[in-house]
Amino acid sequence: MAVPDARPAPPVGATLRAEGWGWRHAGRPGWAVRGLDLVIEPGERVLLLGASGAGKSTLVHAFAGVLGGADEGEHEGMLTVGGRAPAESRGRTGLVLQDPDSQVALARIGDDIAFGCENLGVPRDEIWRRVDQAMDAVGLDLPLDRPTSALSGGQKQRVALAGVLAMRPEVVLLDEPTANLDPAGVSEVRDAVAAVVSASNATFVVIEHRVDVWLDVVDRVIVLEPGGGVLADGDPATVLRERGAELARGGVWVPGFDPLEGRPARRGASSAPDARTALLATAELAVGRTPGVAAARGLDLEVTRASALALTGPNGAGKSTLALTLAGLLEPESGVLRALPALSGDPVAPAGGAASGAGASAGTGAAGGDAGGRGARARRRAVRRARRRGGVHGRRLGEHPFAWPSRELLTRIGTVFQDPEHQFVAGTVRGELEIALKALRLDADEIAERVADVAGRLRLDGLLTANPYTLSGGEKRRLSVASVLVARPAVLVLDEPTFGQDSRTWAELVRLLGEQLDRGTAVVAVTHDRAFIDALADHELVVTPVGGDS
Amino acid sequence: MSVLTPVRGTGRIYAVNPVAKLAASLVLSLFLLVTIDWVSALVALVLESVLFVGAGLGVRAFFRRTAAIWIAAPLAGVTTVLYGLPSGAAYFEFGLIHVTEGSVQLALASALRILAIGLPAVVLFATIDPTDLADGLAQVVKLPSRFVLGALAALRLVGLFLDDWRQLELARRARGIGDTGRLRRFLNQAFALLVLSLRRGSKLATAMEARGFGGSTVRTWARPSRFAARDWMLVLIGVAIGAVALGTSIATGSVNFVLG
Repeated sequence: MAVPDARPAPPVGATLRAEGWGWRHAGRPGWAVRGLDLVIEPGERVLLLGASGAGKSTLVHAFAGVLGGADEGEHEGMLTVGGRAPAESRGRTGLVLQDPDSQVALARIGDDIAFGCENLGVPRDEIWRRVDQAMDAVGLDLPLDRPTSALSGGQKQRVALAGVLAMRPEVVLLDEPTANLDPAGVSEVRDAVAAVVSASNATFVVIEHRVDVWLDVVDRVIVLEPGGGVLADGDPATVLRERGAELARGGVWVPGFDPLEGRPARRGASSAPDARTALLATAELAVGRTPGVAAARGLDLEVTRASALALTGPNGAGKSTLALTLAGLLEPESGVLRALPALSGDPVAPAGGAASGAGASAGTGAAGGDAGGRGARARRRAVRRARRRGGVHGRRLGEHPFAWPSRELLTRIGTVFQDPEHQFVAGTVRGELEIALKALRLDADEIAERVADVAGRLRLDGLLTANPYTLSGGEKRRLSVASVLVARPAVLVLDEPTFGQDSRTWAELVRLLGEQLDRGTAVVAVTHDRAFIDALADHELVVTPVGGDS
Repeated sequence: MSVLTPVRGTGRIYAVNPVAKLAASLVLSLFLLVTIDWVSALVALVLESVLFVGAGLGVRAFFRRTAAIWIAAPLAGVTTVLYGLPSGAAYFEFGLIHVTEGSVQLALASALRILAIGLPAVVLFATIDPTDLADGLAQVVKLPSRFVLGALAALRLVGLFLDDWRQLELARRARGIGDTGRLRRFLNQAFALLVLSLRRGSKLATAMEARGFGGSTVRTWARPSRFAARDWMLVLIGVAIGAVALGTSIATGSVNFVLG
C-alpha cells in the first residue's frame, strides 16, 4: 500500500453482516427490525434510508454494539462486525449520534477526542499523535484546550467524528449527524466526513433523510422496509430513479421531489377584509436574555394579520431571543415593542394620549431600558402586579405583552418552542391539547370539539392516550404545534419549526401554517430553511448579531 | 455556559495536584475542629496568610472568591456573642440576649475558625479544574475510573440543565399556566427537567459506551496525574500549620477541646 509519510496505514474496513436479524425493544409489542438479511462489504460507503420507524437507528446501534443486553430487548438471528459479535468489537466500530450536546464527554476538545483511545488502552504518546491527526482530518484548527462548551453544533459534531477517527475504527457509523444543525453546520460536517471517507479504508454507514447532503459521498443506498427486510438496495442513482417517488412519500427528502407536490401552501395574497392590520410593532427594539446584554438591537418590524415574517441570520444572532420577546416571554432590553389594540383587545387610545392602564406602568422598561438596580426591581414588581390585575375580566391589558398574564397570551400570541419537549406539561397527548383550553375555562363540549378537530387534522387522533415523551420526532413536533393552535392565537411564533423533520411532516406543517395564514393568523418563524421561507414568508428580517456589546 | 468550563490560571497554586489540595484542606480542618479557641484559629490564620500571598492568586481574585467567607464569619461571631452559651461576667442582657465574657470569647473563636478553615478551602478548591480532579482521583487515589469519569461527564450536563430550566419556565408561561399554582407548576417543571436530564444522560452514556467506555480493556490516561514533591509539600504545610496552631493553643493553655 502506498503510504507516503510515516503514518501507519488506516485499518482496512470490516464486513457488516445481518442474517435473519431482528430486535424488539423491551416492553414493546412490535419488532423494530425483523428478518433482515444484509451484507455491507469492507470499505463500502452506504446511505441507509427508510421511513420513520423502519429501524435504521436500531440497526446502526446494533452494529455499534450499544443496543444493550437481554434486559434491553430481545434479538433473533445473527449480526456480526468483521465476523465477530458487535459487543466483542468495541473500538472497531465508531458511532456519531444526532444530538451534538449529548455526546461530548469531556470539557476540553483534546481530552474529548482522546477519550475513546484512553478507553481502548492506547499508549499516551500514541493518543496525542492520533488526536492531532484526527483534528487535521476533520478540519478542526483549534487549540486542544478550547472548552467544548464554546463550540458551535457543527464543531461539536466534528469533535465527535474526530474522537471516533482517533480510535482507528474499521467501521464508522453516523446516525443523522446533521439533523440538529443549521445549513452552515450541515455542510461543515458533510465536508469533514467526505474528506475522511476519501482518506480512509473504513466501512461507512450514514443514516439521514436528506439525501442530497450525502449523495456525492456514498456509493450505495440501502432502503429498509418498516417491519423488516430491505426495500431497495443498489447504487444511488438507480435506487433513487426506481424508488424515489415511494421514498419521498415515506418522508425521505429525495432530490427532485417537491414535498408540496407543486401545490402552493397559501392562497396567495389574502383577501380577508382585515388583512394587513398591524398586531405588533417595534421601534429600535433591542433584545437579550441577560439584563444589560443585548443579543440584537435596532430592530424595526411589524407583525400584521395574515402575513408571515421569517427571522433569519447566523447562529447566535439573537433570532430566538427576538422571537421570544415578540411572544411576550422575554422583556425588551430597550426600545419599543407595542401590542396594538387589534391584538390586545383594548379600546383604541385617543390620538396623542399616553397609554394608560395596567400594562403601561409596568412596561416602562420597554421605553427606558435602564438595566439593573432599583429600576429593574421596581419594574419586575410592577409586571407581577399587572399580570395579576390583568387576569380580572374586563381589565385593559395594555400594550406590553410581557406584562400580560400568562392566560391572556393564549388567544393572542402562541409560541412553538424549538425543542417540543420543553413545552410538554401533561402526561398524555389529550391532556397536552386540553391544557390551554382549560386555562381559558371553556366548557367541556367546546374543549372536546376543539381537541377532536385539531387532533384529526394533525394525525394525532390515534395517539391521544400516549405519553408525549414517547412520540417520534415528527409526532412531537405536530403535537407541539397542535397544542398551541388549539387556543386559536392571533399571532403564531415558531422557533425552527422544520428543524430535522422528514419531508412528510415538513409538508404537513407548511400546509397547516398556510391555512392559518389564509384565515388571518399572523406567523413569525425563526428559520434557516430556505424552502420553508419560499413556501410561506411574505417578509424576511435578517437579524445580525451585536458584536462585543455593552 | 458549563459548570465544567476549564479552570485555568498562571498562579503557582494552579499547578498543584487537586488531590493534594483536597488532602491539605482536610488535614488542616481536622486539626482546627479538635478545639474551639481563638489562639489556635489566629495562629493558623496568620500562617495561612503567608501562603495566600505565595499562591499567586492576586488580591482582587482572592477577595472576590472568598467574599462569602468574609460575610459568614462576622455574622456567626455576632450571633454567638448575642445568643452563645452564657458564662463568666455578664456585660449586657436583654431577653434571650446574654453578652458574657464566655460568649464573646466563643464568638471570636468561631469567627476566626470559619476564616481559618474557609479561606484556604476556597482558595484551594476554586483553583481546581474538575477534569484534573477526576484524573487525580482515578490515577493517584485509584478510585474506579468508571465512577470518576461517569461523575465528571454528569457534571458537564448540569450547565445544560440550567438552560433547560429557563426554557421550561418560558414555555409554561406561553402555555397559559404561568401565573397560578406556583407549587404545582414548580413540581411539574421539576419533573419535566428530570425526564429531560435522564434522556440526555442515557444518550451521553450510549455515546461514551460507543467509544469503548466501560469495556474490559485496561484504560490508559492521556493526561498524567502525578503526585510530585510539590504536592507532598502542600500536604505537609497543611499538617504543619494545623500542628503549630494546636500546639500553641495547648502551650498557652487556651485549648478548649470540642469533645470531652
